[in-house]
Amino acid sequence: MIRRSLTLFAGLFVLILVIGWAMGLPFTSSRLVEAAAYSLIALGLNIQWGYGGLFNFGIMGFLMLGGFAVTFISYPVNPQFWGSDGPWMLGRALIAFAAGALLVYGARQSDKIGIKGGWKTFVTVLAWFVAYCVYRSQIDPAAAYIEANAGFVGGLGGHPVLGWLFGGVLAAVIAFIVGKIALGLRTDYLAIATIGISEIIRALIKNMDWLTRGTLTVSPIPWPTPLPQAYQASGSDQFSSLLLARGGFLLLALAVLGIAIWLISRAYAGPWGRMMRSIRDNHIAAASMGKNVTARQLEIFVFGSVLMGIGGAMLVSFTQIFDPSSYQPINHTFLIWVMIIVGGAGNNWGAVFGAILIWLVWVVSEPLAKVIFDFVSYWSTNVGWGAIPEIESRSAQMRVFVLGLVITIALRYAPKGLIPEVVRRDA
Amino acid sequence: MALLELKHVVGGYGGAPILNGVNMAIEQSDIGVIVGPNGAGKSTTLKAIFGLLKVTGGTIEFLGESIANSLPDKLVPRGLSFVPQEKNVFTSMSVEENLEMGAFTRKDDFSETMQWVYEMFPVLAEKRRQPAGELSGGQRQMVAMGRALMSKPKLLMLDEPSAGLSPRYVIEIFETIVRVNQEGVGILMVEQNARQALAFASKGFVLAQGQNRFTGTGQELIADPEVAKSFLGG
Amino acid sequence: MTELIFFINQVVISGAVLGCIYALGAVGITLVFGILRFAHFAHSELMTSGAFFAFLLAALFASWGIVTPIPLGFVVLPIAMVMSAIFALGIDKGFYAPLRKRGAKPVILLIASIGVTLMVQGLIRLFFGAGSYSFFETETKDVFRVDLAWLGSTRPLVITEPQLLMIIVTVVSVLALHFFLTRSRLGKAMRAMADNADLAQVSGINTALVVRVTWIVAGALACMAGTMLALDVTLKPDLAFNIIIPIFAAAIVGGLGQAYGAIAGGLLIGFAESLAVFNWTMVLRPLNGVLPEWAQLPATLSFVPTEYKLTVAFVILVVVLLVRPTGIFKGASS
Repeated sequence: MIRRSLTLFAGLFVLILVIGWAMGLPFTSSRLVEAAAYSLIALGLNIQWGYGGLFNFGIMGFLMLGGFAVTFISYPVNPQFWGSDGPWMLGRALIAFAAGALLVYGARQSDKIGIKGGWKTFVTVLAWFVAYCVYRSQIDPAAAYIEANAGFVGGLGGHPVLGWLFGGVLAAVIAFIVGKIALGLRTDYLAIATIGISEIIRALIKNMDWLTRGTLTVSPIPWPTPLPQAYQASGSDQFSSLLLARGGFLLLALAVLGIAIWLISRAYAGPWGRMMRSIRDNHIAAASMGKNVTARQLEIFVFGSVLMGIGGAMLVSFTQIFDPSSYQPINHTFLIWVMIIVGGAGNNWGAVFGAILIWLVWVVSEPLAKVIFDFVSYWSTNVGWGAIPEIESRSAQMRVFVLGLVITIALRYAPKGLIPEVVRRDA
Repeated sequence: MALLELKHVVGGYGGAPILNGVNMAIEQSDIGVIVGPNGAGKSTTLKAIFGLLKVTGGTIEFLGESIANSLPDKLVPRGLSFVPQEKNVFTSMSVEENLEMGAFTRKDDFSETMQWVYEMFPVLAEKRRQPAGELSGGQRQMVAMGRALMSKPKLLMLDEPSAGLSPRYVIEIFETIVRVNQEGVGILMVEQNARQALAFASKGFVLAQGQNRFTGTGQELIADPEVAKSFLGG
Repeated sequence: MTELIFFINQVVISGAVLGCIYALGAVGITLVFGILRFAHFAHSELMTSGAFFAFLLAALFASWGIVTPIPLGFVVLPIAMVMSAIFALGIDKGFYAPLRKRGAKPVILLIASIGVTLMVQGLIRLFFGAGSYSFFETETKDVFRVDLAWLGSTRPLVITEPQLLMIIVTVVSVLALHFFLTRSRLGKAMRAMADNADLAQVSGINTALVVRVTWIVAGALACMAGTMLALDVTLKPDLAFNIIIPIFAAAIVGGLGQAYGAIAGGLLIGFAESLAVFNWTMVLRPLNGVLPEWAQLPATLSFVPTEYKLTVAFVILVVVLLVRPTGIFKGASS
């Protein structure tokens, strides 16, 4: 088992070297940083699915939350916003939101003052309606005002790593809410719930221009480590400063990844991990033994989401731009699933391996497809059939096809993944 | 050549075998009853005959032809029918539709058979349009049996037909089984109500640990003091 | 009166059309779930590919100079449905059946169907590019405007020919499906297998045949839904991928495995979406005359801004799941 893992990782290393030689160091260094972030996200899904047996198909939503969080924390302060009536109006909207929440809470407790059954439902629905209207009445003018005067609320000018942590916190909060509602239902409904919540998050972030600038995007978002420009200013040439800067980011990313792996391994090996696995493998039996299955599942769901939030934040920090439209379920949810299915669900190293491998396959398939198309086009032109049209866009679409193909082949021949879970015989 | 013959049948669900050499022979005129302690392999025998688990040794022959490891939809047209112990009706479908499903493999007109089933179980005729899930336990068992009879089987196998039924329904079910047999259908059933079932069995098989322990007519087994002591609760 | 006609145009007709499409898609999903017990995510691709089959056939017919009174898209639909049914059978045989034989768990089949989705999407984009196509390049889309001036309305009732045909075709298909499921031997066998697969096998029902029939029906209905959608808007590679969530929601809301539930769910969500984004100001405008200055209606007053249309399906889904977890028609609990 160890030998197999080492061989696979060695193979991966060779692949990285090949890509570095074929595509150049700047390209490869960027991809490696992204792979590190994706490894963290894959670890998160591994906790939820590999350890907990929970289906999270809304990974995209959590990545967006992380991206938003780091944007909000680390983007420079927008003086136009703070100098205007914007904060005051937002404050009112916040009060309206709180009042609405209290109203709904009160309605749900109305049975304590004698309103029961059908009336209670009516009162609750009425409360939701009123709360919604009141909130909209405050937030709509506030939003319009901010967008007209200041563009958007801007950031807090904090350190990016704080933004990463905030990303984890935000993801945890949403995961808690979603989990509370959906984990009470059957676990495959969790899949639908997560897809839905991720769509809602996407719709909200994309359209709340006053908070996120929506489709206008936010950039440039600062780095936690020195930017290439900083190295250039101190005398290095362009090429080296690019590599040095990215190397710095990569080291930080790997450090975060390392800490995460260490923490998870410790937890997995301990009693908490054993309990988790017993729940995953037979939650009916576990429940009958008195273990609070739903509470443990909620814990797993939240922990996994934290990693996804941090990973999503890291990605946005690295690319320096927060673009809500760039989030696609294929890229940001399904890709992660492929990573742990191919890599090995239930095994941290499998998740990391899968993440790096699949990410590289994903980014390489487009240039590779282009090369193949060019070659075929060259040949077909010579034979008199004319060139293949729109090679650029068609190559881009090939990634999707290749991903589907990889999933199918992986499920057929290595259904437990390339580095599958090590089933320990607990003494 | 017997209608159904088992010789040294070995089989299980994968892993250690549950049946370790079971022998049986049933004719179309017989009422065969399999009894024994829990885990003896009684239900497993029926499932092995019906192709619901893997037979790894021995032979199972129906009308002289080997049927071991055949799929159920090949066995029903040959004249073999099975009533499982649990979940043995289509709860969302009406009584009449349940019966129709029993006749799925038949290519001819089965309305006569349906009449026959309704005569056997008059209460079903009353409730023919009701969803089977709304019926009582005893009535459901009748639907299950009726469904299995629709294919006009030569041999009807039942897995604990009296399980969970009130004493009144137990008597009714057993009386119906005897009637069905008198009308020409061989019976092979597994029963926990050993004493009651063996009372009208023409062939009784006591199984323990996947093997035959005692074989004889129902009356012989009831009268045998050893059998009575170990397996019939005194 | 004008306002009522506006309401009918925007909500009733639009909702009915959307509801029909969702209903047909959801029926396929619910049938596959009932018989095979897994969520067939690639159903959207059956819809999109079905639409492309129809598109190619329509273009072929047009190039042969065939002209018909109703849009070519509808004329070629039966042939396209056959092609889609074969395609669905092929996908099952190639991708799902091998996994089922090895006892794969439902989530693995779901992931496999995601793989199929991606591959089919990729192939479609490969051959057709990422742009949009219209069924109405060579023929015109007839629009029926029913003038209701005699009722006092300044607006006509507007319905396009494809929309009208769509509703008729859906009603016919639903009736045909109903008769199939309740009167035919094979249809009842399908219901039996969805009810209790083990007992169905014990009864002698040829389960492999039922599985094949399920894919044929699902594929044919998906093709119908996809083609109708493409006739109503335009044909793009991600045509149906955008509505896979409302369709799943419709199937779940109606009760997984319950064909009638899927139809009801589809119509419910179709109407709900149209109602949710409806601009009430247009209808309530006459009130502006009687309301004081400060209470004038804003320019757009809708429950949900149009950008959030897709979240309506999700909200309905959550509410139904909380109140009645197995759906309106009490479907399977898996």
